[in-house]
Order: sequence, then C-alpha cells, then structure tokens
Amino acid sequence: MEGVLKLQNTKTNLNIRDLIEEKKKSKSVGNLTEKFIPGFLFTIAVISILTTIGIMLTLLTETIMFFKEVPILDFFTGTNLKPLGAEATFGILPLLTGTIISTIIAMFVAIPIGLMTAIFLSEYASEKLRKTLKPLLEILAGIPTIVYGFFAFTFVTPLLRNFIPGLEPTNILSPGLVMGIMIIPMVASLSEDAMSSVPNSMREGAMALGATKLEVTWKVVVPAAISGILASFVLGISRAIGETMIVTIASGSSKNFTFDITQSMQTMTAYIVEVTGGEAPAGSTLYYSLYAVAMTLFVFTLVMNLIAQYISRKVREEY
Amino acid sequence: MEVFTEKKNVKGIQSDGESKKDASKKSIVYDTKDLNLWYGEDQALKNINLSVYENEVTAIIGPSGCGKSTYIKTLNRMVEMVPIVRISGEILYREKNILNKSYKVEDLRTRVGMVFQKPNPFPKSIYENIAYGPKIHGIRSKKVLDEIVEESLKGAAIWDEVKDRLNENAYGLSGGQQQRLCIARCLAIEPDVILMDEPTSALDPISTSKIESLIQELKKNYSIIIVTHNMQQAARISDKTAFFLNGEVIEYENTNKIFSNPSDKRTEDYITGRFG
Ligand SMILES: Nc1ncnc2c1ncn2[C@@H]1O[C@H](COP(=O)(O)OP(=O)(O)O)[C@@H](O)[C@H]1O
Ligand SMILES: [Mg+2]
Repeated sequence: MEGVLKLQNTKTNLNIRDLIEEKKKSKSVGNLTEKFIPGFLFTIAVISILTTIGIMLTLLTETIMFFKEVPILDFFTGTNLKPLGAEATFGILPLLTGTIISTIIAMFVAIPIGLMTAIFLSEYASEKLRKTLKPLLEILAGIPTIVYGFFAFTFVTPLLRNFIPGLEPTNILSPGLVMGIMIIPMVASLSEDAMSSVPNSMREGAMALGATKLEVTWKVVVPAAISGILASFVLGISRAIGETMIVTIASGSSKNFTFDITQSMQTMTAYIVEVTGGEAPAGSTLYYSLYAVAMTLFVFTLVMNLIAQYISRKVREEY
Repeated sequence: MEVFTEKKNVKGIQSDGESKKDASKKSIVYDTKDLNLWYGEDQALKNINLSVYENEVTAIIGPSGCGKSTYIKTLNRMVEMVPIVRISGEILYREKNILNKSYKVEDLRTRVGMVFQKPNPFPKSIYENIAYGPKIHGIRSKKVLDEIVEESLKGAAIWDEVKDRLNENAYGLSGGQQQRLCIARCLAIEPDVILMDEPTSALDPISTSKIESLIQELKKNYSIIIVTHNMQQAARISDKTAFFLNGEVIEYENTNKIFSNPSDKRTEDYITGRFG
C-alpha cells in the first residue's frame, strides 16, 4: 500500500491524504446542516399531510351539514337536480350519469388508441423513431385542458353535426371524445413504459418457438406488462372523472338525466364550476351541495386510485 | 491429452434407440457453406463450413467472443433481430437454404427449437409455458394440450417435480428446473433440432449433470447443437465437436478425436487450457 501511494505521489506531486484531511475540515459546517435536514424534511412532510387531512375534514363536515337538510338517500337516488328556485331538489344521478358517460366515451377512445400506440412504440418502432415520438407524446400530455375544451366546442361538435343531425350544440359526446384524445398520451406513455420493461429474453423465447411478431406481442409482452397497462387505464379513467374544463365548455349545463349522448349533460366537476361561479350564499343548501358533490367526486377518484394500486401489486406477472 | 478418459464411447451410443434413418449412414441436418456474417463492419463469422448430422450431439467450443452464439443464432435466424447484421453464404437445413428470403422463418423455428443461456420461461404458469407453443400453432383442444404438457415435461425429466404444481408461476422454480422447463417448452412443438446456447452456464453442478444426462436421452429423437465453454461438458456429451476461434472453425472432428488427438496446434492449446 505504502509503495503504491508513494509511487502516485511522485507521479502527480500531490499528497492525496492531505487533500482529504483539508476537505474534511471544511466539511464541519456541512455536518451541521446534515444534522438538521431530517428534522426539516419531517416538518415539511407533516405540513403537507396535515393540509390534506384539513381539506378532507372540511369536505366531510360540510357534507354532513348538507345531509342534515337533504336526506342522503334522496341525494343518491334522485334523478332530479334543480338547485335553484323555491322548490330546489338535489338528486345527484344526472351528474353521476354525466360523469360516467363522458368517462366511458373517453376511454373508448383512449384505451384502444393508447394501447396500440404503446404497442407500436415498444414493439415495432425503431429505436430512433421511439426516441423522437415518446417526448412528443409527453408534450401532448401537457396541453392545457381549456385548449381541448375549446377544440371540442368549436371544432369537434360542428364537425360531428355533419354526420349526426340530432346532435345538440352542447352535448356529452364531443367532450367525451376530446377527453379521450387528451388521455391517449398518458395511457400510451405508461403502457409503453410497462411493455419496454419486459425483458427481451421473453420475446426471444417466444420467437424461438416460431411465434410471429404479433403473437409475441399479444401473448407474451402484453400479458407480462398487464399490471402496468391496466394501471394506465385506471389512471386514465380517474383523469377523465376529474376532468373539468372540457365538459364545462362543450357539454353545457343541462341537468338532464338521460343516456342519450347527443344531449347536453352535466358532470360533477362542471356542476361545481357552475355553482361556484354563481355565488352560492354561504350556509345555503346550494352551497352545501357543492361539498356533497365534491365529496362524491373525491370518493370516486380515490377508489380508482386504490384500484390502480391494487392492480399494480396483485396482477403483476413476476419476471 | 488423456484428461477426458471418462468420456463415453461415441460409436457405441449411436446404435442404441431406433434412429430415423439408416444407422450406418446418418443424414445431414444442417449444412453450412461458406457462411460469413458481419455486425456492421465487424466480421463475426468467417467462411464457416460445417455439417451437422442427425441424432447426434454437436458441440461448439471456443473462447468467448469467437462467434459461437452468433453461429447458433444464425441457424434459426434469431441473429436477424440485430438490425445491422449482414450474412453471405448458405445454410441448408434439410436441403433447403434457410438464408433465402422466401424461407419462412416461423416455419424454421417451429422445427428448430432453442434453449438459451439464461432460463427464460414466460411469466405464466408452468402449464401455460408448455402450452404456449402448441397454442400459437393452432392446437386448442384442452385434452390434447394436457397430453402435450405431460409428455413434454416427462421428456425434459421434470414431470415428477412439477406435476402437482402445474398452475403455479414458472418463476417459483429453481434455475435448473426453469431450464428443464424451457427444454420441455421446446419439446412441446416436436422439433427436429434443438439448439442450446450454454444451457448450463448459469446452473449449479447438480442441475448441470441433470441436463447433461437429459441431452443424452434427447439425442435419440432429436439432433442437438450445443454451445459450451465447458470443455469437459463437450467431451462428456457430444459426438462431434467444432472448435471456433475468432469467427473461424479451426477444427471439426469426432469428439474423442478432437480431445485425444487434435490436429491443429491451436485446438490443442485451447483444450489444454493454454488460452481462452
Ligand atoms: N448484437 C451485436 N452487435 C454487434 N456485435 C456483436 C453483437 N453480438 C455479438 N457481437 C460481436 O460478435 C462477436 C462474436 O460474439 P458471440 O457470438 O456472442 O461470441 P461467443 O458466443 O462465442 O462468446 C464478438 O466480437 C461480439 O462483440
Ligand atoms: Mg455466447
């Protein structure tokens, strides 16, 4: 050891040991920060958790206030939503159907196109093409939703009215489709991640058995990546449920309880936008209804996220 | 060179089991003629000429980087997965040139199975791993599949170990079991030839010897080409051995000849451990 060090010293004219000692001394200030950092980070973490709990508590107490005025059963089974006027009724079903229908339409667009894009990128595209397209997808995912809403209202709806004469100027179909387009990059990108992390040895194993590219993809790669793929679907769904701007702009505010997608419908999110914008007097039933709807929305997305977590843990095929 | 005296008598093994053709003169399965292969500008295989015979174990030995894997992957055209590969020459499999563009590569791979260096079962159940091949080739009947699964697992000498857990994930098996599962997966589509690229290099000695004796069994019905960096293994299990060096075949001979009396100095240096 000695010999080696000496040899180095004569070569470089540096005394490495001395240099290290010197650095150690100047580090003593650093050691102090090192000590306080954990406590600091802990405080920050606690603050963010407390904030979340605070929000949930507010939601909960105001929701309870609402259910004191409107029986919970009436709220969840009511098909009539007339929040204004003397004979206001609060049934959430029109909003629930609006939300669910727009989400279903969106997923009809986003799942197949997103998955096929992912398959193309991961299995068929050359390395070069993939490296160019993937960032492009991620840029698409960053377009503000108001742009999509505008696009749905001023472009997609008029376009669709050429083919579907009965389509209302505001309707749930067009924002649903556009929401799907908006979600494609997310589904594609997450599914692609899942598929490219399937080891190549698995593709080789299948190909060596005489499987075609398509058979390798559908019967080996997709099943092996299924947990990531399903999680991307569920995250897409929860994104669609929470989406606000597009439906607010392009679907109007009719509180129709209907399954006709050419009609205007309101989603939970759009209702919250409308009522908030309309200056609901604090303490009124209308005001509390905001919280009840928000709570329902929150539970919806929470359940979706839990499902996504469950899937990525349970359905995983280990390799 | 009398190190490998425990080696079995090659000529003796040939006669047991009913061979598909005339026992005295074996037919050629693979005939490689003037094969050259480049990765971009780097030539990995140089003028390979080599004939592989039916129902024999043909070993390919040589130092690492000499082109063994490249050669064996050319035999089922898996090497084409590397986009920069260029190939010239001919490889006749059962008298047809597989390098012809019109040769359907899926057909080739249905007849020529492959076992890889690292066991690569699918992340599915043991049953599904075996049934995968037959299924993609159109076999749907549950009864037939059940039978194929059992026969293949028996053929790969792993049936007794897994028969009670066919629906469990293949990744719960040990490395040696996984490799025999991969061999069973090959057998399930009744190949003609089985290519093996260092199938035991990731395994412990006991698993290795199980697979070696399995190969001895298998050669009654299949032709086997095995890459190995383990010379004792080549000496123990193969009938013929090809010694590769820098992309060339230096010597290709009966195994007992090559290990007892190699004609090339470089072969002798390699098998006596002087390099590689
Ligand atoms: N995918 C590849 N791209 C470029 N060169 C490769 C590739 N695979 C192998 N080679 C080169 O080809 C030569 C032979 O490699 P290989 O067939 O893997 O040797 P072996 O199996 O005998 O160790 C090596 O020089 C290696 O660097
Ligand atoms: Mg190799």
